[in-house]
Amino acid sequence: MEQKETGAMNFETVIGLETHAQLQTESKMFCACSTKFGNDPNSNICPVCTGQPGSLPVINEKAIRLAVKTALALNCKINNESVFARKNYFYPDLPKDYQISQFEMPLAEHGYLEIEVGGQIRKIGITRVHLEEDAGKLVHKGSIGIKGADYSLVDLNRTGTPLMEIVSEPDLRTPEEARVYMEELAHILRYLEVCDAKLEEGSMRCDANISIRQAGVKELGVKTELKNMNSFKAVQKALEKEEARQKEVVSEGGKIYQQTLLFDEATSSVHPMRSKEGSHDYRYFPDPDLLPLYVDEKMIEEVKAGTGELPIEKFKRFSGQYGISGQDINVLIESRYTADFFEETAKISGEPKLSANWLIGDVSAYLNANNTALKETKLTPTLLSGLIELVKNGTVSGNSAKKIAAEMMKTGKSAKDLVESMGATQISDESALVEIAKKVVAANPQSVEAFKSGKEAAIKHLIGQAMRETKGRANPQIIEDLLKKEMA
Amino acid sequence: MSLHRLTAHELAEKLRSKEVGCVELINDLYSRIDAVEGKISAFNCLTKETALKKAKELDDNGFNGELSGVPIALKDNICTDGVETTCSSKILKDFIPPYNATVVELLQNEGMIPVGKTNLDEFAMGSSTENSAFKTTKNPWDTQRVPGGSSGGSAAAVAADEAPLALGSDTGGSIRQPASFCGVVGLKPTYGRVSRYGLIAFASSLDQIGPLTKDVTDSALLMNVIAKYDRRDSTSADVKTPDYKKSLVKDVKGLKIAVPKELMGEGIEENTKKAVLEALKTYEKMGATFKEVSLPSFKYALSTYYIIAPAEASSNLSRYDGVHYGHRSEKQNDLMDMYLNTRKEGFGPEVKRRIIIGTYALSSGYYDAYYLKAQKVRTLIKQDFDDTLKDFDVIMSPTTPSPAFKIGEKVSDPLSMYLSDIATIPINLAGIPAISIPCGFDNGLPVGLQIMGKAFDEETLFRVAFSYEQETKWNKRKPAL
Repeated sequence: MEQKETGAMNFETVIGLETHAQLQTESKMFCACSTKFGNDPNSNICPVCTGQPGSLPVINEKAIRLAVKTALALNCKINNESVFARKNYFYPDLPKDYQISQFEMPLAEHGYLEIEVGGQIRKIGITRVHLEEDAGKLVHKGSIGIKGADYSLVDLNRTGTPLMEIVSEPDLRTPEEARVYMEELAHILRYLEVCDAKLEEGSMRCDANISIRQAGVKELGVKTELKNMNSFKAVQKALEKEEARQKEVVSEGGKIYQQTLLFDEATSSVHPMRSKEGSHDYRYFPDPDLLPLYVDEKMIEEVKAGTGELPIEKFKRFSGQYGISGQDINVLIESRYTADFFEETAKISGEPKLSANWLIGDVSAYLNANNTALKETKLTPTLLSGLIELVKNGTVSGNSAKKIAAEMMKTGKSAKDLVESMGATQISDESALVEIAKKVVAANPQSVEAFKSGKEAAIKHLIGQAMRETKGRANPQIIEDLLKKEMA
Repeated sequence: MSLHRLTAHELAEKLRSKEVGCVELINDLYSRIDAVEGKISAFNCLTKETALKKAKELDDNGFNGELSGVPIALKDNICTDGVETTCSSKILKDFIPPYNATVVELLQNEGMIPVGKTNLDEFAMGSSTENSAFKTTKNPWDTQRVPGGSSGGSAAAVAADEAPLALGSDTGGSIRQPASFCGVVGLKPTYGRVSRYGLIAFASSLDQIGPLTKDVTDSALLMNVIAKYDRRDSTSADVKTPDYKKSLVKDVKGLKIAVPKELMGEGIEENTKKAVLEALKTYEKMGATFKEVSLPSFKYALSTYYIIAPAEASSNLSRYDGVHYGHRSEKQNDLMDMYLNTRKEGFGPEVKRRIIIGTYALSSGYYDAYYLKAQKVRTLIKQDFDDTLKDFDVIMSPTTPSPAFKIGEKVSDPLSMYLSDIATIPINLAGIPAISIPCGFDNGLPVGLQIMGKAFDEETLFRVAFSYEQETKWNKRKPAL
């Protein structure tokens, strides 16, 4: 064992990822049917997506624009002319028995995605971005697969949903890099509002090719393909398992055979997929029902103009302009909505740091606790700025402000209205607070004693008691001064 | 009154002037069908009930379109909502589409009345209707002979006065060749002129719907109805459709006609050549000139076609797998079994032959040598046409090398069957329009003259064809039935 790790066998791992992302279009790739999920089986269907004889596909322009948007964000070259091709194979979830995809001339090529791993920026090549249609869903009775099933049912609601395939170069070197690449890609897709990028729900899927080779060797080793990773963690885990397996096989003098392996989340292990009959010849050829797709410079410019700043650009600008920490910026630029919200609040309130703190702290906590998104709440930059202002001028305490913020997100009422209706105005009037201070000192002789004997911290307890008396409305600085005066 | 003998425009005129009612007309037509269909076998199904209902509506509400109230036969590969559409194949026997083809919608908007679905070679693959899984249609001029194909049912129905006009589809000659054999007018429009939405695909880059009619006027009028840009067909051309009625003028003075020697030499029967030469002389008499030209790429057209068409067909016909519609084999132990038996039982020999050829041509390792090469040759053929049509207004040739052949004569020799489309196939490869009109007889069998023109210039074809028809009246002859 020791020799393996230290000596002759010094391996390099090579990973490439093929990602499928469901595009957030209203209608399907080649027909007007809705892409909505959760409807009754076979309700979002028409002659086109069910492959009725005589029906013909028409390209969804929205899907093209979303793919162009993604390709530009991935620094790809957009091909002004690309071709939809038929990928021919028989399967019951594919009504035409061919999938319309892109083969020889994809929509975009030659891009890259920058990822940060262990403080290092890595540039991962993007081979191509292309469009295709999804297949339907099969439900088998009496078996997991179609083999041995009593019967199988077909639901064509998903058939024809636009899919974008993003193929990376074999530039990834560790399973961790693969996970980070997927996370970064998902972030971009979500940010661009192209795909909701949920691996768990299948709106983003990934197949991974992995091989190992002796360090320093140029030639690629024999690769295996991994499927069925339904989370970012699973991508890393599956690749780690397969990486370890390949190293062990080769170290023991064995050979790697090209095969497809399935990741089993429950046991965290990979298993060879039962092989299909022979290797497929998909007989790709240009779909004669569709003319070549032309994406002209005008469309590219339009898409560019509509895309605006990318997350990475925003990151750089935010750190320069607002002086916020990198970690905090990442929270703010998670979605474009949040990023825009932050900037607007910072502008109105004139307090970028406080705006950021609110969004990263209390607002995020509320969103997490209620499992919702900022977009879904009634909070607006104007409302949040109003609250920031009231805290700043001492009208409300930090404590009350938290409650007001929560109420604000629910109701959309202004901070001023809420302060009044919740009776949350801060009490700064000394004459009103003197009585409270007296009462607290009288009721807590132990703490008073402790404070007098030099335990500074004891004052905290007394302030807390005073806050309780005023339902959090006492101005903390004034009450502290008054308490000290009473005890002097 | 023998209404069924009339052309569509004559019938439409009688309807508009209230000389006859539409119900009366439809009843007369079905009587004619009852009388001769036993001899001809043009139809796969008839829709008398809905036709009469529609006729009644029109009688009550009036006739708005130029062809309102005119009955029409539809080739049985054009989808009709609620009415069987079989492609004359067992695999689609009893198949009822859930939607109408675009052309059917256009006919309905015009107020035309579909009377039935006509027989064809299975999936439009063939030149005689002998490949139909259900029946062989007979040529009205000689019922021992084929009507041509694949739109043989439509051509025979029009020739036998079972319908004043019909729609067919043309992939390599499937409108023009049967039009020629049956002595009617058949037009293959420019690729992209008529929507293919709802036409059950044989070879998508070649298929085109077009009219089969008793005269050129009807052809133009029907084109006015069906030639429209359609968003649902991405290969449909977004170009304005002219009023083809305006092309119906007798004027060919100064017309320059090219005659390809490749289509007037070896393989073309003497009597056919003679009839075409006579036609050329008639044009000369009317003020046109003709000149022999060479289109050298023509000799590759047949082989090119028999790569491209089967390749596309092999993919287009994959969907007939027993899963979603159509025939499903009883023998289905597992999925593969179901696929294999369904297709084995459902497809006839010619369809299987072409699926095998096409699958082979697209296979990895052969794709470049066959499919890609064929596409390159296709470009050359198109180039030859373009070059010729720079110097000439139209190109003329026989539509077919010979008149209608006997039933059974070529059925066991696919190559000789394929050769009957030698003059029509290059046109589909080039995407240009061509019309076949009657130009004489050979021992009582009609001979067809093919007129080819520039892309999207059906107007010239109509003018040139109309001029000849006015001069000669070959189209007035009727078969004795």
